[in-house]
Formats: sequence, structure tokens, C-alpha cells
Amino acid sequence: MALAKPYLDVPGTTIFDAEQSRKGYWLNQFCMSLMKAENRARFKADQRAYVDEWPMTEEQKQAVLTADLNRGIRAGGNIYFLAKLGATHGKSFQQMAGSMTGMSEEEYRDMMIRGGRSAAGNRVVGEEGDAQAHRQPQGSGSGKLV
Amino acid sequence: MARITASVYTSHVPAIGAAMDLGKTTEPYWQPLFKGYERSKQWMRENTPDVVFLVFNDHATAFSMEMIPTFAIGTAAEFKPADEGWGPRPVPMVKGHPELASHIAQSVIQQDFDLTIVNKMDVDHGLTVPLSLMCGQPLAWPCPVIPFAVNVVQYPVPSGNRCYQLGRAIGRAIRSYDQDLKVQIWGTGGMSHQLQGPRAGLINREFDNDFLDQLIANPAGLAEKPHIDYVREAGSEGIELVMWLIARGAMSDCDPGGRAPLVRHRFYHVPASNTAVGHLILENQA
Repeated sequence: MALAKPYLDVPGTTIFDAEQSRKGYWLNQFCMSLMKAENRARFKADQRAYVDEWPMTEEQKQAVLTADLNRGIRAGGNIYFLAKLGATHGKSFQQMAGSMTGMSEEEYRDMMIRGGRSAAGNRVVGEEGDAQAHRQPQGSGSGKLV
Repeated sequence: MARITASVYTSHVPAIGAAMDLGKTTEPYWQPLFKGYERSKQWMRENTPDVVFLVFNDHATAFSMEMIPTFAIGTAAEFKPADEGWGPRPVPMVKGHPELASHIAQSVIQQDFDLTIVNKMDVDHGLTVPLSLMCGQPLAWPCPVIPFAVNVVQYPVPSGNRCYQLGRAIGRAIRSYDQDLKVQIWGTGGMSHQLQGPRAGLINREFDNDFLDQLIANPAGLAEKPHIDYVREAGSEGIELVMWLIARGAMSDCDPGGRAPLVRHRFYHVPASNTAVGHLILENQA
């Protein structure tokens, strides 16, 4: 029997299940290495050389080098692991989360101050909410963290 | 005998810790949030327990992809605040309570829950932010803390009902400890939030407030809520709320003959960074 995945019809959302975790193993382990100050320094000094020390796919390395968190999640990354990359770039969780919406930092921050994104229209794929695939990107951001 | 005097529930947003560490608590953005915890700090000073049993989740900090325990109890004498990538938070070392923790591990495992026993674990914002919110910025935390980590990051994560029943077992374990200790149990994480993908920033006030109502009055019913409801309604990271059911299950009224708790404090605020902040203090009645 295949894994039950009742969450696949939630728009704009990737659940970190066994399949994603297998795909993202080395990307996530690379991220864990950034919890040490000396590794952060080495990464920042030469990102390409540092990622090449890890058995990641080229797609995973590009997600890291372009600081594109959506791309990292598609490649099996999980936000709590990818957050170490964000922290290495000096970014907050709000900046990380916002970058994945396509909004600018200000646009995302303002949305949160207004009470956040409504669940209405964003519960099931095919509705009309702002997180639905046909409504991306949502703002004037670059979609990248740096 | 040991007794559970109260349970505390709070979100554990990392930006809250950063706001405290960087002295930003009086800024207009943060002031309403910290105002909501003033009563809590006062209550904590007046009701300092002998031990806090603190349920939280590790955010890919102590546990990498190499090993992912569903439920892990910290039995060490101390736990170091972790470097999550920004450098460690400037907060005190967390002192454990190895004797009580070992007793709880033995009792709960013999009640058929499979805990992982952990003697080395750096603790991240999931544990230190609730301590900061409840205790402020002391040079040492006011009492020992038993860290209890729940996997809500890598699926499959435990069900609400599993958490609730585990809480009941932890309650029985604490009440059977033969020293006269006052113990608080804290459930942390949540409330509605999503940190990933185009749906990041989701907040659901109606869901959150209904969750708070039911947590107070109908925890056994609330425990039946399936995972998919948390994900759809409260965002992918809203699943952290199952941890509140562990703390709630340890309260007296969840075992036969126990009285319903008193609601000492209730607070809700949007936003803290990406997250809806919820907070409750429930006291057991003697």
C-alpha cells in the first residue's frame, strides 16, 4: 500500500513526508552543517566550493546558490533545515517565509500586520484564494532570499 | 507526592526571543504582544514551581535527518541553548531534573508509550522562547526544566489523540513520584502559521479561538481532530498544536474524578512574525 497523502490537495504547501525527506536528505544535512560558525564562514567565503563538498544534486546546489527556498523545498528541503541557510544569510523566518510568496519584504510584512493570509479560498486546490497556483507570484518580490 | 499545579500553553516564535534579546519589546510592533504576557510573568513569580515539564518540538536542531524520535525525554543535568544559525541565544543554561525525568520515563514507558531517552540535546527556540516569555530575562531560570521533544517536522507525526493519551500517562507518572514537588507542564508551539510555499503567512483566528475554547472545555473531543484539519485550517506548521494536548492531558480532570481547571489567563495576538500567538494558563483545583 502506498503512503496515504490526504494533504496533496492543499494549495501552495509541501508536506515533509518520507518521500520528500528521502529526496532531500543531503540538502537538509548540508543545511545542518551551517549550525557551526566556522562552516558558515567557509560557506560564505566560497559557496560553490562548500556545496561541492556535499553529495547533493545540481538542482539542490542551485537552490542553495540562488537562495531560492521554493526550489529547495521542491528538491526535498524542509523549512526548518533551510532556515539554517536563511540564518547564514542573516535573514529572519519572516523574510524566509515572505520570499516564498513572491511578495517583497514590505508587502509580506504588511499582509501579516493586517492579520495574515485568509484560509478562505486557500483550503483546497482549485479555489480562488491568493495561494493558488494560478495567482502566483503574489507581489513585486524576487522570490529569492538574497 | 509530586503534583501538577498548573499547565501553561504558548506559541514559541523565534522572533519573540530575538525581540527580547535585542531589546525591542517596547517597539510598537512588539508592545501589544509583550503586554499580554505581563500577567503571566507576575503569575510565574507568585507560583514558581519546583520543576517545569516543557513539551516542545525540536526544529531540526538536536535531531537532524539522521535520527528522528517521535517522543524524546531529556534526562540530563543540563541542556545548552542551541546555535540555530544566528548564534546561540544569550539565555541561561537549562538545568534538568534527572531524577524526576527518569521516573517519568520509567512510568510512561511501562504505560506502553515508547519514549526515547536523551542525555545530550541542545535546546532551540521551541524551549527557550516560552521560558523567556514566562520568566523574562533572569541570570538563571527559576527552576529545573525537563525538556520533552515531539516530532512535528518529519511526517508521520503523532496524532492528537496519541498526544492526549500520552499527556494522561505523564500526569499519572508525575503524581506517582514520591517527592513533594510542585510541577507545571507546558505545551508550546502553534497557533496557526505556515512558513513555506506560496501559502506562507496563513492565519486562522476562528480556528485558533475555537481550539482554545475546546482545549479548556473539551480536550478529549479536541484530540479527535485529524492532522489534515490542522494543515488545511491552521497552516502546515499549525500541526505543532498537537503538543498542547500533551500538557492538557496531564491535568486532573482528564482522569476520573478530577475537577476542571481554572482559567487564570487567556491571550491571543496576531501577528508575531508569521504566526498567531495563543496563550493560556490553567490551574488545577486542589
